[in-house]
Amino acid sequence: MDGNDSRQRRDAAMIDGAQVSRRSIVCGGLAFALVPALARPAQATPAEMADAIRELTGGTAVKPGRVKLVLPELAENGNIVSLAVTVDSPMTDADRVKSVHIFSEMNPVTTLVRFHVSPRAGKNPTLLTNIRLADSQRVTAIAAMGDGSFWSGETSVVVTIAACIDGG
Amino acid sequence: MPQPTRIVMPTSAKKGEVFQVKTIIQHEMESGFRRDNRGLAIPRHIITSFVVMYAGGEIFRADMFPGVAANPYFGFTTTAVETGEVVFTWTDDRGDVTTERRTITVA
Amino acid sequence: MRALLSVSLALAAFTAAAANERPVPPRPGLDFQSAETRQMQSDDGANPGMLWVEQGAALWRRVEGPEQRACASCHKSAADSMKGVAARYPGVDAASGALLNIEGRINQCRKQRMSVIAYPYESNELLALSAFVSYQSRGLPRKVAVDGPARPFFEAGRAFYNERQGQLNLACGQCHNDNWGKRLRGDVISQGQTDGWPAYRLEWQTLGSLHRRLRACSLGVRAEVLDYGAPEYLALELYLAWRGEGLPLTSPSVRR
Repeated sequence: MDGNDSRQRRDAAMIDGAQVSRRSIVCGGLAFALVPALARPAQATPAEMADAIRELTGGTAVKPGRVKLVLPELAENGNIVSLAVTVDSPMTDADRVKSVHIFSEMNPVTTLVRFHVSPRAGKNPTLLTNIRLADSQRVTAIAAMGDGSFWSGETSVVVTIAACIDGG
Repeated sequence: MPQPTRIVMPTSAKKGEVFQVKTIIQHEMESGFRRDNRGLAIPRHIITSFVVMYAGGEIFRADMFPGVAANPYFGFTTTAVETGEVVFTWTDDRGDVTTERRTITVA
Repeated sequence: MRALLSVSLALAAFTAAAANERPVPPRPGLDFQSAETRQMQSDDGANPGMLWVEQGAALWRRVEGPEQRACASCHKSAADSMKGVAARYPGVDAASGALLNIEGRINQCRKQRMSVIAYPYESNELLALSAFVSYQSRGLPRKVAVDGPARPFFEAGRAFYNERQGQLNLACGQCHNDNWGKRLRGDVISQGQTDGWPAYRLEWQTLGSLHRRLRACSLGVRAEVLDYGAPEYLALELYLAWRGEGLPLTSPSVRR
């Protein structure tokens, strides 16, 4: 019988330490190993997201703005959530987006996807994809600009499961 | 083995025009965090990289992680530079590669 | 005279009952999805179900079997030959008297006219071909025959729809006739129409058949889950097609 994927993900117990990121082994590999079978699912923490962002920026301050992240307020299913991110930029040599990074504060892996944007993308480029969200949470998008600056946008999503729990 | 894909983009454009490309590839994107009915971890199997080349350069690239939904979908824009091939390459964490080509005519 | 009177009374009773039995107007499944899901369905570049439609187009032309035939060998261009076909299904096969849905018809053709094996339900190939064939009827109104040889199947489907089932002891109509449009936790209950199938279900992260969805419905009320292609589900499929008469087909749709 097909499993209820989103529920399985939530019920999924402790994770074999080797499968998660280096970050979580450093931060709490032992703690994960002690979690009993049906307890909390593996997830990142806001601290881990902060670490991931710092790894990207090298400590440079991230300025809120110029990045518009659009996600549904309420996602019908955490398996597939539509994402659109637009960066305010003329895309000239002097002022362009190099990459856009999407971070989750709750998913098992903090970085969801990284987009590398070409100078030929056109003004105010918009990128589209579908992401997985393990639970209701804030999602953050950070744009790395050609001049070394970083800009961010964020939004919160409430993730629901189907009301009629039919197991697929 | 190459996976089925769907690519939606114009077949022609005016020089300098910015056009949108939408792509989907069939792939389960097994996150590695699920367990099967016996409680055993289902191994991760995801596409990790998607690269698009056109007119001598990379016009889009995505580094993918388990947080990308199954049957990965991407939409992006690029400028019509010249008539030529747009080459799409997806690579997964087992080294399997899917490549698709489309031609755009630029007047 | 008496026979004529009783027949016309029976017909009148059937018509009167039928008049209250179906939701009027029928509302497509898309009406009950979120704005984002509606957007995903209506954008052909973003609709994941189109992956299977494209594969179906390739399979349509694939030559197989001892007679080296493809669907296209007999049916030529699907856009012409399959236009309107899915809108009339399920239907009774004249030769065998069996009720066939699109999956059943595809497999019957494969076995009898191409001498190749049937594709199992939920195989990529059967999903692709049924999505491709259904797609050729996109926008066309559903209209199935429920009289003549179809009548016993229709009555069986109607009885199944109205029968309380499972540990939750619910009949389909209790949610989908009596309470559609109302909220069940975070969801809005649909009318249970089948205009969008096969559909890409977000829950499954893949395209799936109507029978897969019906199995999930059975599980939802904690009733026995029947096999793919079970006669009960086939009869129900006919009844549901009648119930949604006039609805334009929308496969591949996107559903939660």
